[in-house]
Amino acid sequence: MKRRRPGPGYSFAYLDRHTKRMIRRAILKAVAIPGYQVPFASREMPLPFGWGTGGIQITASLIGPGDVLKVIDQGSDDTTNAVSIRAFFAKTAGVATTERTSEATLIQTRHRIPETPLREGQILVYQVPIPEPLRWLEPRETETRKMHALREYGTMHVRLYEDIAKYGRISTSYDYPVIVNGHYLMRPSPIPKFDNPKMHRNPALQLFGAGREKRIYAVPPHTDVRSLDFEDHPFAVQTWDERCALCGAEDSFLDEIIVDDRGGRMFVCSDSDFCRQRRPDIVPERGEAAE
Amino acid sequence: MTGTDDPPLLRVNDVTRHYGSVVGCRSASFEAWPGEVLGIVGESGSGKTTLLNCASGNLEPGEGSVEFRTRDGETVDLYRISETARRSLMRSDWGFIHQNPVSGLRMGISAGANIGERLMAVGERHYGRIRDSVHDWLRRVEFDTGRIDDLPAAFSGGMQRRVQIARNLVNGPRLVFMDEPTSGLDVSVQARLLDLLRKLVSELELCAIVVTHDLAVARLLSHRLIVMKEGEIVESGLTDRILDDPQHPYSQLLVSSVPQL
Repeated sequence: MKRRRPGPGYSFAYLDRHTKRMIRRAILKAVAIPGYQVPFASREMPLPFGWGTGGIQITASLIGPGDVLKVIDQGSDDTTNAVSIRAFFAKTAGVATTERTSEATLIQTRHRIPETPLREGQILVYQVPIPEPLRWLEPRETETRKMHALREYGTMHVRLYEDIAKYGRISTSYDYPVIVNGHYLMRPSPIPKFDNPKMHRNPALQLFGAGREKRIYAVPPHTDVRSLDFEDHPFAVQTWDERCALCGAEDSFLDEIIVDDRGGRMFVCSDSDFCRQRRPDIVPERGEAAE
Repeated sequence: MTGTDDPPLLRVNDVTRHYGSVVGCRSASFEAWPGEVLGIVGESGSGKTTLLNCASGNLEPGEGSVEFRTRDGETVDLYRISETARRSLMRSDWGFIHQNPVSGLRMGISAGANIGERLMAVGERHYGRIRDSVHDWLRRVEFDTGRIDDLPAAFSGGMQRRVQIARNLVNGPRLVFMDEPTSGLDVSVQARLLDLLRKLVSELELCAIVVTHDLAVARLLSHRLIVMKEGEIVESGLTDRILDDPQHPYSQLLVSSVPQL
């Protein structure tokens, strides 16, 4: 873990202090009302909408010089999005970065929750494309707000009903709707439903940022998060017949990877850090984040 | 059918609604009892739909009140109770059948889900039971159960109306509002739909409030009639009495305007 000095000409972590204050206020409100979408004045960031502008603003507002940052994209530390965002904060905030879940104090994620259990004091920041779970049912924002206020969520089951009517089972496999703290219906961002149970009473603070849609919401530590289901079709996570081809894990989320142009493929852990920790045979990780 | 000792299910008191300086309806009052079909007739622009919207909780009147007797026998003023309570009443005790089924159905989801939605909205969480009630209701509205998973866009106008009726009646409401339930259909389809509505209303002891400009529909469906003109109720009474012996000049004009075959 190497710390560097932030680049000249930038505020610490890019955003100016007034913007950070505005975002922190939104975060405080979000934490106070678990699952409620708090509007905030989302800023232009030096990356396109859809690449994590919401997550990066939350991270920028919370990160301090003592933090250790980890960024993952689909569970992996070394894909473009993860590498760029990590490099961005290494440059503008000079913070230490890591690939190890256990060492990180702040983890920004796109579409996965790390397999390694999180602990108290850690913060998990999700990048959210569409925060409103009722959007496809109800296009009017005024109406969806009312539905949230009055907890009119019965119609959300219509989507699950359609799944069962068409496929005989609930086929929704990612961005699976949940009820937070017994009240607000929430989109957990496009994480696989495999990760939904990890949100339930997680000791870490979970924050969700949608930059284009200008919304922040939160699941405070140890909060109830229930996935919607039917009594006769209970919620269930994905399972695989295969094991991870690299580390042999049976209980992690697997990605299918095409390895040649003759149809060869293998299943490996989507969480690259988790996979590496299980393989003492390979070279220890690089130990710092100079990309 | 009208036990006059019982309090009415719905009582509309002196409801007035303006749109700017234009009168939607003025000092309209009526009552409706369980098991009764009340028709509201009048020409276009006479305030029928405004009155229906005020009575059904969709449009707050400028003056007057709308009272509804809940299942526990309590009388509530629709526009005084909280929005939560009003919306919950609308989900559980009322149905609203729109003139255009596209407004009353969700076009992006299957017929089955359209019908089951109300059940899920009032808390049913058992897929098998929902599916059974949907099947049952499709049969009751004489709809081919094999098409349960098709989208409403794939159905004819008459079939869409049947789905809409099932969707509104599936959780046993006590009061149903219908806005021109059969307009735009050819006569044979219209006749079958009217038969169906009549049968369901009497089987379920429903109270129905039907807005129509078609006196033939009013004669077949409703027990009592309200005649509206320029936002005001000009005459009301038993359907047969009004249609056979209209008192008000406008009712006389209306009745005499129907072409005789």
